[in-house]
Amino acid sequence: MSSTIEVLPGRAASIAVAGEAGGAMVCDKHSLAGSVTQRACVFCGSRVVLYPIADALHVVHGPIGCAAYTWDIRGAQSSGPQLHRNSFSTDMQEMDVIYGGEKKLERALMELIEKHQPKAAFVYSTCIVGVIGDDVTAVCKKVEAAKGIPVLSVASEGFKGTKKDGYRAACEAVYTLIGTGDTKSIGPLSINLLGDFNIAGETWIIRDYFKRMGIEVVATITGDGRVDDIRRCHGAKLNLVQCAGSMTHLAKKMKEDHNIPFLKVSFFGLEDMSAALYDTAKFFGDEQLMDKAKEVVRDEIGKFYPQLRVYKEKLIGKKAAIYVGGAFKAFSLVRALRTLGMTTSIVGTQTGDKDDYAQLREMCDAGTVIVDDSNPLELAKFCLEKDVDLFIGGVKERPIAYKLGIGFCDHNHERKEALAGFVGMFNFAKEVYASCCSPVWNYVPRRARSQRPEVSGQKSDAESQTEVAS
Amino acid sequence: MLNGTTAELVERKALRINPAKTCQPIGAMYAALGIHGCMPHSHGSQGCCSYHRSHLTRHFKEPVMATTSSFTEGSSVFGGMANLTQAFKNIFTIYNPEIVAVHTTCLSEVIGDDIPTIIKKSIEDGSIPAGKIAIHANTPSFVGSHVTGFSNMVMAMVNYLSEKTGTTLNQVNVIPGFVEPADMREIKRIAAAMSANIVMFPDTSNVLDGPLTGQYKMYPEGGATVAQIKSAGDSIATVALGHFASHVAAATLESKCNVPAAFLELPIGVGATDRFISTLANYAGVEVGPAIELERGRLVDLMSDLHQYFHGKRVAVAGDPDQVIAITQFLVELEMKPVYCITGSPGNQFEKRMHEILDGPVPEAKIKQTADLFELHQWMKNEPVDLLIGNTYGKHIARTENVPFVRFGFPILDRTGHRFFPTVGYMGAVNLINQMINVLLDKKDRECDEEWFELVQ
Repeated sequence: MSSTIEVLPGRAASIAVAGEAGGAMVCDKHSLAGSVTQRACVFCGSRVVLYPIADALHVVHGPIGCAAYTWDIRGAQSSGPQLHRNSFSTDMQEMDVIYGGEKKLERALMELIEKHQPKAAFVYSTCIVGVIGDDVTAVCKKVEAAKGIPVLSVASEGFKGTKKDGYRAACEAVYTLIGTGDTKSIGPLSINLLGDFNIAGETWIIRDYFKRMGIEVVATITGDGRVDDIRRCHGAKLNLVQCAGSMTHLAKKMKEDHNIPFLKVSFFGLEDMSAALYDTAKFFGDEQLMDKAKEVVRDEIGKFYPQLRVYKEKLIGKKAAIYVGGAFKAFSLVRALRTLGMTTSIVGTQTGDKDDYAQLREMCDAGTVIVDDSNPLELAKFCLEKDVDLFIGGVKERPIAYKLGIGFCDHNHERKEALAGFVGMFNFAKEVYASCCSPVWNYVPRRARSQRPEVSGQKSDAESQTEVAS
Repeated sequence: MLNGTTAELVERKALRINPAKTCQPIGAMYAALGIHGCMPHSHGSQGCCSYHRSHLTRHFKEPVMATTSSFTEGSSVFGGMANLTQAFKNIFTIYNPEIVAVHTTCLSEVIGDDIPTIIKKSIEDGSIPAGKIAIHANTPSFVGSHVTGFSNMVMAMVNYLSEKTGTTLNQVNVIPGFVEPADMREIKRIAAAMSANIVMFPDTSNVLDGPLTGQYKMYPEGGATVAQIKSAGDSIATVALGHFASHVAAATLESKCNVPAAFLELPIGVGATDRFISTLANYAGVEVGPAIELERGRLVDLMSDLHQYFHGKRVAVAGDPDQVIAITQFLVELEMKPVYCITGSPGNQFEKRMHEILDGPVPEAKIKQTADLFELHQWMKNEPVDLLIGNTYGKHIARTENVPFVRFGFPILDRTGHRFFPTVGYMGAVNLINQMINVLLDKKDRECDEEWFELVQ
């Protein structure tokens, strides 16, 4: 099978192998026309970033599809309002395309704001709006004046770049809110969390760690986000940027205009999570704070390490493939897998840049395949060649992994368990174990047939499990 | 999430809240997957293709392949011809399908790309190699719904592929409509049980419900072959199931190749299945046979066992027009009361047909096309129902109103039964009865006072 799959000629420059010679990888480009890309568009980037702001109205200006496909798909939880989970759209029809959709948009906004009394409204432009030339900003200004809440135009026309440009458009929209709230009551030990989206309640876990250290979290952008928090978040003393791909732009703007420094952090894996807490304590230069950070790390690792060791014994030597959106997540995952005794055989991202890929080559074991903007055929080819046991990816990759008889962990929108924080590492280990070592793979013809000498010369996965466990 | 929904009804003209439809291209992509060896191609931005693939993957839990023209700002100004030509070259070089089925998007429609001309030029310059095929359907997202997109792509199959050679073949075409692979599998099983020779297109069984083998096949075993669709022009007749998804293609085949067509509804429930089976038997010149009669008898037996439980139950139905029209008739056969019936898709035929079905038995029924789930929910708040039938998006309403809920239609993103159990044919009706009775009795068992909690039902 693997020998019949070839790599598109134009794609070779976007693939590298760690430990082998080669120039900088070609990346950060539009996908080749005609490829089965796993990537999305500008609108998608904006929508996923802003979606978790729960007390804002989110209106998609365009034909119904863009609203339908982004309706309540992201498990970004809110501790209060659930308004963001509804789907509001102008559902543009042929006549709107001919005569323009501005009036329709205005009416939709007026009706919705009256009914739901949101704290702010985001209006997403779709491809068609960019082509017919609706002046969305003008409509937003008009409604804002009439209704007295911020109404923000998100320049997210799908074709105007990549998903990354969508993140940028989202940051620009959020940025117009920042600096408009009262910062008086904000203390000196205060931070914002940028780029955690509270999937499966992850923001809540991270908030709790900082609370235990005595640090005030002013705003979470955007997980469990609230408009009023964002408006005053320029009063915080530090920004922690977790999803660097989506939120670095906002952090940079806040540094320029409000003089708030930022740290790029990751909350995935024991090492990265601990480093995030230590770096924050170090930033504030407070000995006591460092002691508290150590205490949190000690408590949490103490709680989960014994159980992690049990999983590690079972997972040691297993091989993984990673295909995720951003490179920062990929770095964390490579490290987290190492914590579990696993190796990374393939690692790819949708939005990584040259430096990211250089770092991946640096940190991965020799022989690891590194890919930018891959497609299912390529991924399948490498998975079979490397005979991986686990695939970490998103919704489109899951069934491909399963078809190959490979375990899977969703590290994207559809994760059902929190994977961030110390408890997240435990959940991750549990999920990886449950999938990698599931007896279901024993019934897959390819697996049952193959001899896999690297795991204690075994005959089947089931036997090896019992061996390792005993 | 739906706490804000009030019983007070306000007319909305500019606003869609919680839609009961999606856009044309996804329907076209699904239809194209029902051709063997076909690569669906989305002529637009990357996002469209990605969303459709994700959405179909969530519904079918299967890999869904499709390529995109990856529009940029440049293509939106200068047109997408270069992108599509390049795409053809790349697709045939590396993914090597037999056929590429192009559908447009709102972007390429507004720009006005002329797909037939691009296909013609691509054949001439070799971007589409000799022996390979490209077909296309126009699927503007601002017209119709995903059902329209499906219908347009099935029509494109006929327009581009079907031919009349003059020799009539001993086969009947079946155009199954926007239904599950399980339903298409069931239609083939029924036809085989009757020894009726059929050609069905599209056919997504064995494409989107394939087995786990440890191999990844870009083009799975299933799908109607190009040769089969070609031969549809020589068939005895066509049985088209569903006004909205299938009738246009059947009419096109009738006028293009002179193949007579029976325009039926989806065979859901007793009456509609009877009509399908007898039509198929007539055209194919076969007897219905004891196997199928036995199935019908067992269905009617089950209906008689349970009819008291269904009698008079108020039902809300939301879904695609062909599905709602069909299941409403089945509900009436069970003497249930489909009091609210909506579809998100536009089309006057829906309301006309629904009134024919319901004006007699359920004169109070509210029927609406181009409706959304928000409005349906408001109706339910005004006067509740005993059962809600709809796709996964109904689950928010079901939870808020504590109404038993049967998932039916597209998409189903949170359960898996639809992949295995058909809803068409007599056995499909058995499956629907099973699902309905279970949710109705589960609610009673969960909530009734202990003295009413009964072991035997």
